[in-house]
Order: sequence, then C-alpha cells, then structure tokens
Amino acid sequence: MSKTAKRVVLDPLVDNNPITLQILGICSALAVTTTVSAALIMCLALTSVTALSNASISMIRHHIPNNIRIIVQMTIIASLVIVVDQILKAYAYEASKTLSVFVGLIITNCIVMGRAEAFAMKNSPGISFLDGLGNGLGYSVVLLVVAVVRELFGSGSILGVTILLPVSEGGWYVPNGLMLLPPSAFFIIGLGIWAIRARKPEQVEPAEFRIKRVHRTEVF
Amino acid sequence: MTKDSPFNILLTAFALCIVCSVLVSTAAIGLKQKQIDNQVLDQKIKILKVSGLWQDELAIDQMFESVETRLVDLASGEYSNLFAVDEYDQNKASNDLAQSIELSRQEDIAGIGRRANLAKVYLVRREGEVVRIVLPIHGYGLWSTLYGYVTLERDMNTVYAITFYDHKETPGLGGEVDNQKWQASWRGKQIYDEQGQPRIALIKGSVDRSNAMQKYQIDGLSGATLTSQGVSNMFTFWMGQQGYKKYLENTRGDKA
Repeated sequence: MSKTAKRVVLDPLVDNNPITLQILGICSALAVTTTVSAALIMCLALTSVTALSNASISMIRHHIPNNIRIIVQMTIIASLVIVVDQILKAYAYEASKTLSVFVGLIITNCIVMGRAEAFAMKNSPGISFLDGLGNGLGYSVVLLVVAVVRELFGSGSILGVTILLPVSEGGWYVPNGLMLLPPSAFFIIGLGIWAIRARKPEQVEPAEFRIKRVHRTEVF
Repeated sequence: MTKDSPFNILLTAFALCIVCSVLVSTAAIGLKQKQIDNQVLDQKIKILKVSGLWQDELAIDQMFESVETRLVDLASGEYSNLFAVDEYDQNKASNDLAQSIELSRQEDIAGIGRRANLAKVYLVRREGEVVRIVLPIHGYGLWSTLYGYVTLERDMNTVYAITFYDHKETPGLGGEVDNQKWQASWRGKQIYDEQGQPRIALIKGSVDRSNAMQKYQIDGLSGATLTSQGVSNMFTFWMGQQGYKKYLENTRGDKA
C-alpha cells in the first residue's frame, strides 16, 4: 500500500475521526449503540455505503453538472442505502427488524455526504474508495467503543453474552438504566473527545470568543 | 457544450435515475424470495414460542409438525377450505373489499376498519388431541396497529400466552407490551365471564389478588393508558360476536 493510501485509511481512525474531530454522524451514534451487535451491523452498513458511494461519485465526478451535484450525490447514496437495506432483510432478518429505520437514515448521515462532497468530488475513484473505507472505520471505532460501554454497564453483557450477572437473574450487578438511554452516548462520546484531545492538543480548536475584562475607562 | 448546460443537466439526471433504479429494482426483486422466506420463518418462530412448543435444540419445521393451520369463517364459526392455508394472508385479506367486511362504528371496537372474513388459526396437537389454539389478533393502540397472537388452553377460555409481533408504540411505555414479565402475567387469566361475555381487560395500576374479578384483570402498562386501552379493546373485539366467539363456542361444543 502506498504512503498516501495508508494515510487516507488510517488518518480518520483517530487523528481525523469523523465523530470525535469532525463531529459528524452523532445522531446514529446515539441510536444504535445500546447493543454491540446492532452497532456492528450499522458499522458494516455505513462503511460499505460510504466506500461505495465515494467510489461511484468519484468515477463520474467530471460529468456531474455543478448545479445538481448534491442531488446526484443524494441519489447515488440513497440507492446504495436501499440496496444495503434489502440485503439486510434477506440475510440478517432479525437485525433488520430493529435496524431498518436507522439503516434508512444512513442517507442523511453527514459522514457519507460530507466525504462525497469534500473528497470524492476532487479525487480519483481508488483513493476515494479508501477514504470512504477509512472514514467508515473511524465511525465504527467510536460506535463500537460506545456500544461496548453501554451494553456492558446497561445490560451487563457484550454481544448478548452475560459478563456482569444482573440482580434480576440472581447476580450482583445492578444494571445502569441510564446507559440504555440516548443521553449516555453523549456522555461517552464527550468523554472520548476529551481523552483524545488531552493526548493530542493539536485537535483542540481555537476559541472563537474570549471574554476580556474591560476597564470602565476603555468603554468611552 | 459544457457540462453545466441545461441539456446536459437533464441528460445526466435522466441517465443517473435509470442506472440507480435498475440497481435498486434488481436488488429488490432478486432478494424478494429470500425476504419472504425469512418472514414466514419469523412467523413460525413466533407461533411456536406463543404456543409453548419452542425447544431450542429442535429444527423449526420439526416442531411445526404438531401445529395444524386452519382457516375459520368468522361469521359462521366453522372451518373453511376456501383457500389453501399457505397462500392465505389474513392481513392482506383485511384490506381486500371482496374478502372482508366493513365494521360499523359500534362494532369497530378495536379500530381496525375492516375485518377479514376468514381468520388463520393454529391448532396445537399432542397425540392427535387439540391441546391449545393460537389466534391472531390486532387492534389500534396509540400510534399504530398492534399485531399479535393469543394462545388459549383446551377450554377455549383460559389464556396460555400472548405475544405481539408488530407495533410502533413508544419504546419503554406502550412498547412494554413486549415485556416478557408482563406477557407472562396473562397466563391463567379468563376471557369470558359466566354470561359468556368477553370480560378480560387491562386495569389502571396493578391487579389486587384478593379481588374476585382478578381472573379477568391484567396490570395496566404504566404511562401507556391509550396502548393499554387498545389492548383491552382488541380482546373485547376479537373475543366478541364479530371475532372468534362463535368459533370458540363451536369448538368447545365439539369437546362436550
């Protein structure tokens, strides 16, 4: 793998992560992270859609009229999402029953649109595919971390396998109900962003405003 | 001609739509059979679970051998052979003008508009004898129609289990109809009172066990008054004159 290709795939994992740095795709990160298995399927679906849409948009980027480029991108993304949804219904029926709504919402996931507009419109298909793959993986890393924390502390299990035996089944662990509700994903993502930025201070954005103490005489 | 000319815009849009629609329809049609198989399998699993036949280690078709699927004409309460059971879809028939009747406002307790003439019921046999019977029911809750099954014991009056397979009620409130503990509290409840009227209903709060009426009462779902009412109405309708009442009376008669 050439150096640029490697950078394009690996950069979004931590250094340029779509969720923690670009703050894109938060809504689905809240919705599908109550169980690890749901998060896994969502990651697979989103990564394949981002990679394929990036590749196909990049392939026709010289022919897309500027005026309707967003519509063209949306059409391609929407078609891919429907195909993914159909495949899930055929091969992962149980999962598709709970995930169908969220898979449909990949269409509006900012990561897919964002990468199409920011990267695929300006680069060749191969590297765009890798960029989509990398960003999908970056999203997946965050999603899986959040899902592991939420499922472990919310239901005492990971991938449905009980690890902390809950009180209701005769164990000692009192499940934390908050972990099953969407706000907990906010807290976990927030803590994650804090941790990453504490290690990599270059990710901290400069403050847009700084409150300055003004002396009375300066006002006049 | 530049790529931003009106003609080119139209051409690109048209070509893109063709390509995308071909892609989407190929996927939809190519995978359709597999999706239908999945739905059928899912229904079978639900029926096996609600009828108490489910065993983890057995194959689904093997367990389903002790289930006999029949069509019932709800108006007469007799079995019907009008359609092949595998091809009949009760939910589809409910929307078919020729295969369903319109319910008047007084009759339509469950808020379903039309009711199919034929219902698809499942008889659970053990050594040839019918031991339980699974009836499909549906009715309107707060946001959506709830679809489910109720299993009755041999006396055609005692509830063995209930389940819902499709609804869009609020998760955590009305969505608690899926709660296993709550569903388990239905076991042993009676549908009909001494006069033969459907009496089973969800009440506000929890059931007082010393109450003489407790055998007809189920705990209401807290925070979900309208969904609870919907479930009660569903039972009043489906166990009433327009529902399975005649059929259940006939079947009970056979036993005597």
